[in-house]
Amino acid sequence: MSAASAATRIDDALAQSWYEASARQRVDALLDRGSFVEFIGPERRETSPHLPLFDLPEQFDDGMIVGRGRIDGASILIAAQEGRFMGGAFGEVHGAKLTGLLRAARELRTPVVIAFDTGGVRLQEANAGEMAIAEIMRALLEARLAAVNVIGLVGGRAGCYGGGGLIAACCSALAVSEQGRISVSGPEVIETNRGVEEFDSKDRALVWRTMGGKHRRLIGGAEIFVDDTVASFRAAAIALLAGAVTLTRATLLAEQARLEARLDAFGDCADALDIWRRLGIADAASVPAMSYGEFDALGARIVEVIHDAR
Amino acid sequence: MEHLNYKHTARARATGEKKQALVGVVASGNLEVLVERVLPGNECEIEIRTAAEGFGEVWKEVVADFVGRRSPGGLKFSINDGGARPDTVALRLAQAARALEGDGT
Repeated sequence: MSAASAATRIDDALAQSWYEASARQRVDALLDRGSFVEFIGPERRETSPHLPLFDLPEQFDDGMIVGRGRIDGASILIAAQEGRFMGGAFGEVHGAKLTGLLRAARELRTPVVIAFDTGGVRLQEANAGEMAIAEIMRALLEARLAAVNVIGLVGGRAGCYGGGGLIAACCSALAVSEQGRISVSGPEVIETNRGVEEFDSKDRALVWRTMGGKHRRLIGGAEIFVDDTVASFRAAAIALLAGAVTLTRATLLAEQARLEARLDAFGDCADALDIWRRLGIADAASVPAMSYGEFDALGARIVEVIHDAR
Repeated sequence: MEHLNYKHTARARATGEKKQALVGVVASGNLEVLVERVLPGNECEIEIRTAAEGFGEVWKEVVADFVGRRSPGGLKFSINDGGARPDTVALRLAQAARALEGDGT
């Protein structure tokens, strides 16, 4: 293959949709070409011990890819969830791979990038999955206390729900695309538990403006809003990795104060549209249809998103 | 869950230097294929675990067709199937063989 056609192919790869890409394509696109070294790869066949009990097919990597590589020349550890396998859900092996990676990050003092794509805990191995979430959160916070940056990227098919939403909230910083959704209880869970009057999970516009990337960006739930390309996510990861690393008692107190202030300011709002209007966006109804460029310019003007509590 | 295993002797050894490749994903109507260059000579083995039981004859034909077309000697294919159609299986097998050849860059 000629150098010119190889370069064209790399450009094509970077223009690819993050939402459409597989977990392995995301890892390859994020990292410097050829630098990825996988830990516990598919050839090890470390599959779920629980799924066979339910006569369900396994996946050789259990839907979690972990390893090391370089991004813009710098060494990082990386994890990516495959949202199409079991909805990217956390099981025992899937979770243990991320726990191990985060513990290694603390020991090695190497930053971590996590490409989330998850509906939460895998119901077939719920106890093991819930424990994995707790272990991951502990390992993540211990890494951050050792001054290791942990960056989360959200823009996949499954969004970032359940325990994944909790882990994302523990990260040093997040980048989210319009397609990314971050929450704990998903739309159908809320509807099932509280009724359709509380939340209509079939109302896609409602789901997106309540949990989607634009809303998360506007209320300060994500540091960077990115376009849905692997190149944009790579640029965001590089920018966030360069950010300050702080997790101290003062950080947590600042975050608590920020969340209390947010509740005071918007606690009576019935809909994201009310929040956006109160943030000073006159034509709030136009936000969902805004292009990446239009929204990015708007986001830069909104005070709520500028903070570094976390 | 049904386990199927087919062994063939290919016409020639598969080209390329890569040791392993993985394509596809275990999702409804899809499958993953892990291919490893681990067998001697022109031997070829395809191991399948599928949730859709009773389709052994169809798998046998799809696998035989693939081995005849691609000559994947020395390769072991391990498949986790989520109920993929035969055309999808054929596509993934070809994709796996191609991925193992490397991209030439």
